[in-house]
Amino acid sequence: MCAGTIEPRHLYRDLILDHGRRPRNLGRLQRPSHRAEGDNPVCGDRLTLFLRLEDEVIREIGLEVRACAICTASASMMSELVKGGAKTEALECASAFKALMAGQEPATHLGDLLSLSAVRQFPSRIKCAELAWHALEAALAGSKSMVTTEEVGS
Amino acid sequence: MTGITSENLKGTTYDVARIREDFPILRREVNGHPLVYLDNAASAQKPQVVIDTLDEYYREHNANVHRGLHTLSEEATTAYEEGREVSRRFINAGSLEEVIFVRGTTEGINLVAQSYGRTHLQRGDEVLITYMEHHSNIVPWQIVCEQTGATLKVCPIDEHGQLVWESFEALVGARTKIVAFAHISNALGTINPVRRMVEKAHEVGAVTVIDGAQAAPHLRIDVQALDCDFYTFSGHKMFAPTGVGVLYGKKHLLEAMPPWQGGGDMIKTVSFERTVYNALPYKFEAGTPIIAGVIGMAAAMRYLEEVGLDRIAAYEAELLEYGTRRLQEIPGLRLIGTASQKAGVLSFVMDVAHPHDIGTILSHEGVAVRTGHHCAQPLMDFFQVPATVRASLALYNDRDDLDALVRGLEKVRRLFA
Ligand SMILES: Cc1ncc(COP(=O)(O)O)c(C=O)c1O
Repeated sequence: MCAGTIEPRHLYRDLILDHGRRPRNLGRLQRPSHRAEGDNPVCGDRLTLFLRLEDEVIREIGLEVRACAICTASASMMSELVKGGAKTEALECASAFKALMAGQEPATHLGDLLSLSAVRQFPSRIKCAELAWHALEAALAGSKSMVTTEEVGS
Repeated sequence: MTGITSENLKGTTYDVARIREDFPILRREVNGHPLVYLDNAASAQKPQVVIDTLDEYYREHNANVHRGLHTLSEEATTAYEEGREVSRRFINAGSLEEVIFVRGTTEGINLVAQSYGRTHLQRGDEVLITYMEHHSNIVPWQIVCEQTGATLKVCPIDEHGQLVWESFEALVGARTKIVAFAHISNALGTINPVRRMVEKAHEVGAVTVIDGAQAAPHLRIDVQALDCDFYTFSGHKMFAPTGVGVLYGKKHLLEAMPPWQGGGDMIKTVSFERTVYNALPYKFEAGTPIIAGVIGMAAAMRYLEEVGLDRIAAYEAELLEYGTRRLQEIPGLRLIGTASQKAGVLSFVMDVAHPHDIGTILSHEGVAVRTGHHCAQPLMDFFQVPATVRASLALYNDRDDLDALVRGLEKVRRLFA
């Protein structure tokens, strides 16, 4: 409903389109210490996240992604933001991003990811934007299982 | 209950403008644009006559059926049972006992799987379905196979989304006990050669179950001509309310089947020692039935008969051809499902954008389509796409709707290319 008043151009800003077309940190890692898969079966978003941590710092990050522009851009920007940072910082970013999607003030600096704030106006797309972050949390929790945004579809 | 507004529909030309007037929701605006509703395969809109019928039922006649002696109950019972006669006629069933009201296609298939399948299948038996089935014609069979030790077989399709006939013939064998398939595929629009499929299944004594969810709004159904054993469809996809549908079954099969659910209405006498089940069709209608839904569905069926299902099918075929041509003009667009026998479904992907992004742009333009796997994930895997965009037609769509779709897709290309 709320999507009506806001132009798609607002959602698909150049920055998002650019990350959607050319996601950064693409490709699987040779020797990941952590990995997680994300799946949004309803719309067909799918990604795998690879991390290599050393002393609780994310040294390397790799993405395999087959998803919509929102999901891909979010994953790509996330990979840039958390690469080289501490695990605890990455988790703080994940909380902050979810807060952003919930319409709250993010507690941590999110950089380019703020360009995704318009996704809030498109409720059916929030789970696209959040998928990579769920995968990040699952990977850091050491969970090997698949994270999914959905229970059912019809 | 009368009130069909489309008096002039009886002529020879198909006046889509008049038909559109029968559907009040089409006057709505969405995001500042007139609504372009192309998600009919998911659920169709309701004509005024259906809305009025429901309204009148609740204002004037509402009561439980088959149990009260008072006037309202008698009126409700009469209207409900009239709904059965209208439904019988709609699918040309041989008798009223063969018309069972269910919640929809999903419940119809589950009823057959659990009542017929569970009592007839054994280890070593096979249930045959096709690659293009909706999840609701896959999962109930997986469940009953699990319960009985039977094996589920899947008939392949070709790159156009058509059944591979040679494979079907080869898969129907002595072990085959049930063959279940869609009349029309919801994700592709493929119209299956159902008559031949039934014939083939009968050669080996297998029972056939047709998922008619996508056929009921688009073409004339004749269960006797098809000679199918079971046929089921949902009201909400054929302009009736949600929560109601029909299961047709051949009488001798239904008679031999155990009830599926127990409760009121499905019994003759109950004592703690012994319960005598009611006769058909009530044996399969436990509890207070879907009274308003059936009455509303009957109004929708009458409406479709008034317009004429053959004329609807002819009109939609022409519209589909137009839509196919327009979509094929868009660079980088790939149609998924190009069967030679096809109903009004345009499923596609584009090279520049993911289906989900396309859906968002179209929605902004007031164009409602479905994006996703359409409850047919094995099919998406077959075509190696994560999802598709699906525009699906109904009797009230016109060329303007398809032009709006194409304009929306041009916007997608401009934004994402
Ligand atoms: C081919 C087909 N079969 C079955 C179903 C399930 O119908 P319902 O959800 O109304 O039970 C659908 C609807 O999505 C369908 O398109």
